[in-house]
Amino acid sequence: MKELEKILENAKNEISACEKSADLANVKAKYLGKKSELQELLSKMKDMTVEEKKTIGKEINEVKQSINALVENKNKEIEDKILNEKLESEKIDITLPSKKLRRGSKHPMSRMVEEFEDIFVSMGYTVYEGLEIESDENCFQKLNLPIGHPARDAQDTFYLENEIDRFLLRSQTSTAQVRAMEENKEKGPIRIVCPGKVYRRDEDATHSHQFMQIEGLVIDENISMADLKGTLELFCKKILGEKTKVRFRPSYFPFTEPSVEVDVTCFKCGGKGCNLCKQTGWIEVLGAGMVHPNVLEMSGYDSKKYQGFAFGTGIDRFAMFKYGIPDIRTIYGNDIRFIEQFDRKDED
Amino acid sequence: MILSRKFVKDYIDLDDNLSINEIAEAMTSVGNEYDEARPLINCTNLITGEVIECENHPDSDHLNVCKVNVGNEVLNIVCGAPNVRMGLKVIVALPGAKLPGGEIKKGVIRGVESNGMLCSKAELGLDNKFLEEKDKAGIHELPLDTKVGIDPIKVMQLDDEIIDFELTSNRGDLLSILGLAYELGAIYNKKVKDIDLKYNENKENIKDMFNISIKTPDCSLFLAKKAINVTIKESPDFIKNRLIASGIRPINNVVDISNYVMLETGQPLHFYDADRLGDTLVVRQALENEKLTTLDNIERNLSVDDIVIANNSCAVGLAGVMGGLSTEVENDTKNIIIESAIFDNIKVRKTSKKILRSEASNRFEKGLDPKRTYMAIERSCALLEKYADATIVGGMLEYNESKVENKKIKLTIDKINRVLGIDLKIDEVKSIYEALGFDVKITDNELEVLVPSRRLDISIPEDLIEEAGRMYGMDNIIGKLPNLSVINGYYDKTKRSIRNKMISLGLSETMSYTLIPNKEVHKFTNDNFTEINLSDPMSEDRKTLRYSLLYSLKEIYLYNKSHNQNNICIFEMGKGFYKENGEYKEDNKLAALMTGDYYESIKNTKVDFYHIKGVLEELMNYLGYENRYRLVVNDNLPKELHPYQSAVIELQGKEVGIIGKVHPNVLKDDVYVLEINLDKVLANKGTRMAYKEIAKFPSVSKDIAFVVNKEITADSLIQAIKKVGGKLLNEIKIFDIYEGDKIGENEKSIAFNLIFKDSNRTLNEEEVMDVFNKISAEIPNKFNCRLRDK
Repeated sequence: MKELEKILENAKNEISACEKSADLANVKAKYLGKKSELQELLSKMKDMTVEEKKTIGKEINEVKQSINALVENKNKEIEDKILNEKLESEKIDITLPSKKLRRGSKHPMSRMVEEFEDIFVSMGYTVYEGLEIESDENCFQKLNLPIGHPARDAQDTFYLENEIDRFLLRSQTSTAQVRAMEENKEKGPIRIVCPGKVYRRDEDATHSHQFMQIEGLVIDENISMADLKGTLELFCKKILGEKTKVRFRPSYFPFTEPSVEVDVTCFKCGGKGCNLCKQTGWIEVLGAGMVHPNVLEMSGYDSKKYQGFAFGTGIDRFAMFKYGIPDIRTIYGNDIRFIEQFDRKDED
Repeated sequence: MILSRKFVKDYIDLDDNLSINEIAEAMTSVGNEYDEARPLINCTNLITGEVIECENHPDSDHLNVCKVNVGNEVLNIVCGAPNVRMGLKVIVALPGAKLPGGEIKKGVIRGVESNGMLCSKAELGLDNKFLEEKDKAGIHELPLDTKVGIDPIKVMQLDDEIIDFELTSNRGDLLSILGLAYELGAIYNKKVKDIDLKYNENKENIKDMFNISIKTPDCSLFLAKKAINVTIKESPDFIKNRLIASGIRPINNVVDISNYVMLETGQPLHFYDADRLGDTLVVRQALENEKLTTLDNIERNLSVDDIVIANNSCAVGLAGVMGGLSTEVENDTKNIIIESAIFDNIKVRKTSKKILRSEASNRFEKGLDPKRTYMAIERSCALLEKYADATIVGGMLEYNESKVENKKIKLTIDKINRVLGIDLKIDEVKSIYEALGFDVKITDNELEVLVPSRRLDISIPEDLIEEAGRMYGMDNIIGKLPNLSVINGYYDKTKRSIRNKMISLGLSETMSYTLIPNKEVHKFTNDNFTEINLSDPMSEDRKTLRYSLLYSLKEIYLYNKSHNQNNICIFEMGKGFYKENGEYKEDNKLAALMTGDYYESIKNTKVDFYHIKGVLEELMNYLGYENRYRLVVNDNLPKELHPYQSAVIELQGKEVGIIGKVHPNVLKDDVYVLEINLDKVLANKGTRMAYKEIAKFPSVSKDIAFVVNKEITADSLIQAIKKVGGKLLNEIKIFDIYEGDKIGENEKSIAFNLIFKDSNRTLNEEEVMDVFNKISAEIPNKFNCRLRDK
């Protein structure tokens, strides 16, 4: 039917000309509404034969559906266009700075302590902190350093007011050894590490009057220097890298016998020799040895049955080496520009 | 202790092919560390020369142009020394010579070519204290019969090498050339040679002319001899050079001999001018406030803890530390009394710490071998006879209460191996001990070792195990892991959780000093504690142990602000110290300080009270104390906090900390702080984390706002609303606060969002409205306030 084709053709043209939803609604009303041409044609159908009604009715319906589909497509097209315009209007400069959440950083010394603790805890050591105010007895006498002992010179101590030779700020974490042995009621095996603050009358680029040490103590029936060396080798590799080598040099501490100083291959040059290691390839990092029988006995241990090793090191030194901090005073200076550098995850 | 290679060669034949560095390293490997090992004169390319022409520099009034014959050539050298002249034999540093002051290069000095330098002793690197006035003023003049073209250091007999050892405090025996010789002997398996103690005595006896009297238990051994008719003069070169190599300034032959013998034997000696001294020496405690002028011409004020040597009238020496000026050996001294003694090491240490550290006190402090006390006095007689023309008076005054002897120690080879973790054979250990000069007897598995008295550091089997270990080489021990049972290690997880939580809330961790100025210790506290001070602080700024960490955080804030850092959010965990009932206490504390922008690049989000309160809440809830703590305003607040923006933190009704704005009198900026006592907080068990069923039935949300007087706190309204709301009121939140034109001047509006819920059923509108209406009605009555906009 030519008339229908014409209507469809006109509708098509008008729909595609629409740009706004309102225009489209008008066009839709014009072709599909109650007063539309199609409606008119339908109303004329009452004079037709049944056969004619069937054919024409079908054709009109098809045209109606076609127009409906065209309207819907056009509608979608307009809506998409509007949305896209809206999105475009929301365009941002992705290079502008982010809204930074305040980030906290862990102090490098805490990071270092945690790293030490994790290594030893994984080997079955318990972290034992002890106290910062100690008696002279625990800090020196029970470590085989009686009053007047020349080795006390190495640790110029801060005594508390009116407490000379009685109470002090601990000058070494070794004092925690004594406490741990005293507290062990069974006088049996011990495996501890003791990190903490210590205090000495000393202040320059590599010494601070307050610094941190960690002490390790293992007591059992068959503990030897070889066990000490194996343990420190494992520890130094974990903390300074797999290639690190450990060297023992005989030394003297009143609370261990035999005693050794422990060197590690220089972390800066790997042992070739550089400024940091004064061309030796080695850096002294630890003091260690077998617990002196007097020390065991003074804390109630049977030195015939038990022997053990102890080691101690300055955590600050490790932090200085590990992070390349040249002056210890930086560590305790608390410049936030310094602290905020330590906000990365740990290396594996 | 400095080892002079020439000196030690008197007592041990060291292979000349060993370099000084090799010797130093070998000593280090057995536990004797060194600071430096080097030639005594650390110079290259020096040669003797003769000044054959010397003319004034055409362009200078103090420089001379010299022609110097160095054997195979004649060099043109410009020299500024006033004593340079024709005919002198001089030390020439050739171009390329390396001196402590730098490298010598060919050059042109005011238009005249100069091919080297004529040297003074100072330019060779000799310490100022060894230089005489003439050495400081000009170039060194070699003897006129010196050949040209040879090594001037050899001519001067300064061709020595030294190792400066940093010895451990137990090895007092190594503070002597003999001790070092024994140690080297053990390393290189060489015998130590005997010391020459031969001298003649006259027919007189000292006992007829002199007395000693020991009146203190702090002197265990005291020997005295007399030498007469000494000639005071310069020491022979070898003595002077060895003293210089050892860091001691030569003075005259007699004084030098006492130092020389101390270096050899480790036993400090003292020589008195016998005529000035009188006929008696008394060893006694000093009197309180007794005065003594020591050799360095300083008057010392003594106390009863010091030991003195006195004559009949006054103190003439401070035992173990330094002699007195009044009886000093001087150029006119004829007769001397020689003292060789052992004083209590602890007493000497105390006195020397207080008054003066000397070469002598360093040796007394570490303990001395009585055999050396005898050896030293005899050695000094031998040298005085030889180099000071002395006649030695017969006999010796002797007081000996010393108990030091050779020690017999037994130990088994099993014990040695069990401690060291190695597998030494008994014969290997025997030869180690014998190399050290110890006698050894073996019975089955047991060694019986006779340790000579010079090794004061060895007294128990473990000491001998160490000797075996260090000579075997501690570094030769092969490491292994201990064969121990598998156990769980433990660390304080809570402490770490707190640290990580604070960091996740945007605060950075600081670590500051425990010691603070005394005047600051009560700041940021309620003053209700006794502080702890140091007995002898390094400075007033480091005198007192902190009680609160907030002073430190305030200082950190000020430091950073002065470096243009204005956004600061920090926290610290550390101890607060105080004294209570005579006991020292240390509590774990956490403090935080916040100021500036909370978000880094967003403006206008300045930290206020509610930010730091948020940090507190996040932490407390994380630790399991939700709904168990509150902020209370009471009289306990420190005056360093803003009186109307601060509170005490209470947990389970007990005070655990403070929070608030820093008082503008303390800091002008808006700075907020908090501090909690972690020990007090963590004494309460946190509520466990456990699953709660998520509501199946919908909740009903209603909003309500009250206009109340400003004085009424939000918390009091919440508590009242909760009470009226009963079981159905599940949650209550503040979502808006308003103060301003639309309401009265003294009023504020607080808007609440109320959530009604029953976990077993859906609520119907009527029952919710019943409760809601009840709240709307009762609250205004209770607080004398009104509903907003209704």
